[in-house]
Amino acid sequence: MMLLKVVDLHVEVAGVEVLKGVSLDVREGEIHALMGPNGSGKSTLAYTILGREGYLVKSGDILFEGRSVLGLSTDERARLGIFLALQEPPQIPGLRLSPFLNAIINKRLCRKELNKLPPPQVLAEVGKALQAVGLSRPHLSRELNMGFSGGEKKRSELLQAILLKPKLLILDEPDSGLDADGVKAVARIINSFKQEGKGVLLITHYARLLKHVPPDEVTVLYRGKVAVRGGPEIAERIDSEGYSFLNGSVGKDEH
Amino acid sequence: MNINLKHEIPLTLGEARPVKYEVRLKGELTEELVRELSELKGEPEWMLNLRLRALEWFHKLPMPKWVRGVEELDLSRLVLYSKPKGSLATEWGDVPPEIRRYYEALGIPEQEAKLLSGINATFGSESIYSKLRDSLRSKGVIMMPTEEAVRKYPELVRKYFGRVFPYTDHKFAALHTAFWSGGAFVYVPPNVRIDQPLEALFLIGSPLEGQFEHTLIIAGENSYLNFIEACAAPRYSGESFHDGMVEIYAHRGATVKFTTIQNWSKNVINFGNKRAILEEGARVDWMIGSLGSKVSYEYPMSVMKGAGSSSQAIMVSIAKGPYIKDGGAKMIHAAPNTKSRIVSKSISGDGGLTIYRGLIKVLRRAANSFAHAECDSLILDNSSQSFTYPHNQVDEPTSTVIHEATAGRLGEEQLFYLLSRGLSEAEAKSLAVMGFLDDLLIQLPFEYANILRSVIEVEFSRLGGVG
Repeated sequence: MMLLKVVDLHVEVAGVEVLKGVSLDVREGEIHALMGPNGSGKSTLAYTILGREGYLVKSGDILFEGRSVLGLSTDERARLGIFLALQEPPQIPGLRLSPFLNAIINKRLCRKELNKLPPPQVLAEVGKALQAVGLSRPHLSRELNMGFSGGEKKRSELLQAILLKPKLLILDEPDSGLDADGVKAVARIINSFKQEGKGVLLITHYARLLKHVPPDEVTVLYRGKVAVRGGPEIAERIDSEGYSFLNGSVGKDEH
Repeated sequence: MNINLKHEIPLTLGEARPVKYEVRLKGELTEELVRELSELKGEPEWMLNLRLRALEWFHKLPMPKWVRGVEELDLSRLVLYSKPKGSLATEWGDVPPEIRRYYEALGIPEQEAKLLSGINATFGSESIYSKLRDSLRSKGVIMMPTEEAVRKYPELVRKYFGRVFPYTDHKFAALHTAFWSGGAFVYVPPNVRIDQPLEALFLIGSPLEGQFEHTLIIAGENSYLNFIEACAAPRYSGESFHDGMVEIYAHRGATVKFTTIQNWSKNVINFGNKRAILEEGARVDWMIGSLGSKVSYEYPMSVMKGAGSSSQAIMVSIAKGPYIKDGGAKMIHAAPNTKSRIVSKSISGDGGLTIYRGLIKVLRRAANSFAHAECDSLILDNSSQSFTYPHNQVDEPTSTVIHEATAGRLGEEQLFYLLSRGLSEAEAKSLAVMGFLDDLLIQLPFEYANILRSVIEVEFSRLGGVG
């Protein structure tokens, strides 16, 4: 079933058109890799799907499970089952990981009191998820993303991704800053999302991660447009050639 | 002691209702007005003279430079003294129903029965209810309206009144001393320990009123007491003005824990003048929750005069909306081996402004003194502000003074992050606020932590959030 459908999306940020007609689909149980050089509009697409302030949709549409989400706020979209793992999640001083996880889990369970402990079976899930992402209990008492290493931030994002049980995961460079073992661990989690039937929009600049996470479809953005679309062979080509071949395709007409 | 003061929080006084008054004084701030007030109270000559000297200073002193947001305040428009109808009661049944209703809304009578050692309620300018447990009275403890103490114990009062906080300090201290009325006088004899708190409640029932209550606490040698001050006002149109004063004299080895829950409605301009003098080995702890008011100035000061005395000030200020919270503790180390600690946490949101101005002063003779100040501010959006102006003045080389400050802003990026996890904006802010206060709340006695928690929940649930 179709989860996400982006239709001819034009997006303006601070008066500049960043996305110039992007279309893309993600189905259940599918990994869709979104690639492209820096500044091609990958993160902009992710933020726009979540309705971030300042990302203005000038035309086009974003459908989730067949319904347009353009009229919904960020938290409403999240509660429909869309999750975004940020490339560089912000620090939130004072807010410790543990009460934060309790709050977002309680919210998912539609419990009124967000500061209460979640039910015991859910707490057991937290323990398992910690292990899966390679974090330990002491991390729970650390302030959110404060003093986290690059790798710990990625792991914390995936931890939330597991516990919030979304239908669609948008993962923005989930492997940057990780060593080889870290990349394998992340890949294992992403593959398990696919097995559970979730849709994954995997944003990555390099093809490194895709060797461990075979994508079902690859879309390459370049200067705010879809430059190439196809299967895993595109990722392989980028791995060997980089993005130089794009100069000969789309975007040339603009300059 | 596990007591729950949760319902004490004056959150739900609602709209003001008419109250009958016996006397209302207003007009230009003249000697005649002060004489009239003094005569109404049947005061001794020395008190009248103190008032008159203070009035002179009030006219002489310039508007303090640090005052901000009260420019429009016109004192001559205010009722400077208002006495509600009826006389001082010792049974709630004797309090006029339209006034009693407010206290009942706050759950005061039940609390008194369950957990307080004594209570003094000032409505407008006069105490309307005052009661102390007989068991304490028989130990020599005194708690009564301050003016009654002036008449009954003139020598005792005269020895301390205005000696801890001189009216010459600033314009509003002078104004207070000239027009003071209401408040509680507390005397705890040496070696007497009062475990359950004494409480003073201050309500301003009508707009355009000035309240100048004076609380004087004398803690005898090695005594112990826990005093709670709660301020509230119903909603009305037009501003009111609160310029109260608290003087604490802690004799050798005495411990005083003083807690303020300032939750005036948002049309009150508040000056809290609070000061303590500590003799050898004494301890005074201030816990100040600055939650309500339009503009609030709150600067508790401890003068550690005796060797080995110590003081702590914990302050939580919230300015949510177009309000100003200006505060900071002042710790004066005037003797060897004195110790102080300040923790200030301020939160501003929806255009609010919080200001911290602290002072740590270590005099030359205060050898081996130790001071630690920590002030943290959390700014919830781009329309809100926070400023920190710490001031340390250290003249003693053997002392240690540590100051830490942090400022955090819940910017668009942080907010987006929390929203993207499914939390509403109000929930996200409430979570950030609770996180910010968490390490402070766990240090506080359970019941005070509860009060703060519920006020925060109410502040942030207006947008639909749950704390």
